[in-house]
Amino acid sequence: MAIDKPYKNVPGTTIFDADMARLGFHLNQFCMSLMKAPNREKFKQNEKAYLDEWPMSEAQKEAVMARDYNQMMSHGGNIYFLAKIFSSDGISFQAAASTMTGMTQEEYAQMMLSGGRVPDSSNTLQKDS
Amino acid sequence: MAKIKAGVATSHVPAIGAAIDNGLTQNDYWKPLFDGYEYAKEWIKIQKPDVVLLVYNDHATAFDSNLVPTFAIATGEEFKPADEGWGPRPVPNVQGHPEFASHIAQSVIQDDFDLTVVNTLDVDHGLTVPLSLMFGQPENWPCKVIPIAVNVVLYPTPSGQRCYNLGKALRKAVESFDENLNVQIWGTGGMSHQLQGPRAGLINKEFDNAFLDDIVNDPENLALKPHLDYINLAGSEGIELIMWLIMRGALNDNVDVKQRFYHVPASNTAVGHLVLENK
Repeated sequence: MAIDKPYKNVPGTTIFDADMARLGFHLNQFCMSLMKAPNREKFKQNEKAYLDEWPMSEAQKEAVMARDYNQMMSHGGNIYFLAKIFSSDGISFQAAASTMTGMTQEEYAQMMLSGGRVPDSSNTLQKDS
Repeated sequence: MAKIKAGVATSHVPAIGAAIDNGLTQNDYWKPLFDGYEYAKEWIKIQKPDVVLLVYNDHATAFDSNLVPTFAIATGEEFKPADEGWGPRPVPNVQGHPEFASHIAQSVIQDDFDLTVVNTLDVDHGLTVPLSLMFGQPENWPCKVIPIAVNVVLYPTPSGQRCYNLGKALRKAVESFDENLNVQIWGTGGMSHQLQGPRAGLINKEFDNAFLDDIVNDPENLALKPHLDYINLAGSEGIELIMWLIMRGALNDNVDVKQRFYHVPASNTAVGHLVLENK
């Protein structure tokens, strides 16, 4: 019997479970390599060549080069691993998060200052659903 | 014997560490947050803990996809601040307490909590930001720290009940150590936040404030809250709040609330903070 995964239905959210971790293993380990300064330099000099050193899918590599974080997550990336990419780019967590929402960085920052995204029936699972 | 006298709960947002390290704590954005920690900074100068059991989560720093312990305890002498991609934070190394940590590991493992034992561990913002919030910017941290790491990155995380029960086992472990030590337990992470996907930026003030009430007054029931409620209502990273249950489980059933603070936002996150003393 398959394991029940109700968290899959939470809107706008990817939960990094054991299946996603398996899919994203090499993508996430590539991200970990960016915690070392010499690797960051090597990646910056030629992103494609550096990515080709990792047994990642082409879709994963393309998502990294496009800095498409939603795509990276759909291919098994986890945000705390992916954070090594935007940290290497010198981009804040808030700026990186905004790119996943379809909002501009300014709009997102303003939303957070105003108290954040408010939970409602469009963005949370309802008890009776 | 060693005794847990107090507990502290606090969020551990990396941007808070960056604000401290870059001298921005008094600007318009950050001052309201740091004002909420003034009480605790004075309080801890009087309390002078010898050792803090610091419950936190590693954010793909020391533990990558090769190794994901559900619970780990660090028994090393010293822990360095980690390079999380922008260089290590300019904070002192963290001094461990190998003898006490090993005693705790032995006690809780024999009590059915199978903690992974770690010696070499670079500690990330999850551990160093709470130290900075409580102690400011000293040349050396004024107490020893035993890092207790909880997996909240790879799903499934341990249940709230498991965390609460681990807290109780930690208390028993502390109280069976012969040396007279003034011990605190800190639970870190949370509150509501989601750092990923189209729903990034979710903040749930109602959930957070109910959690702040219940962790003090009704932890037995709070421990029963299912994972899905955290993820659905407090955001995918709001699951970090289960770590506060370890802190709470290690305290008396009745506690005095010396400080309660709530603030939105710190970057993407709602910040919650409690100072609790055993009655």
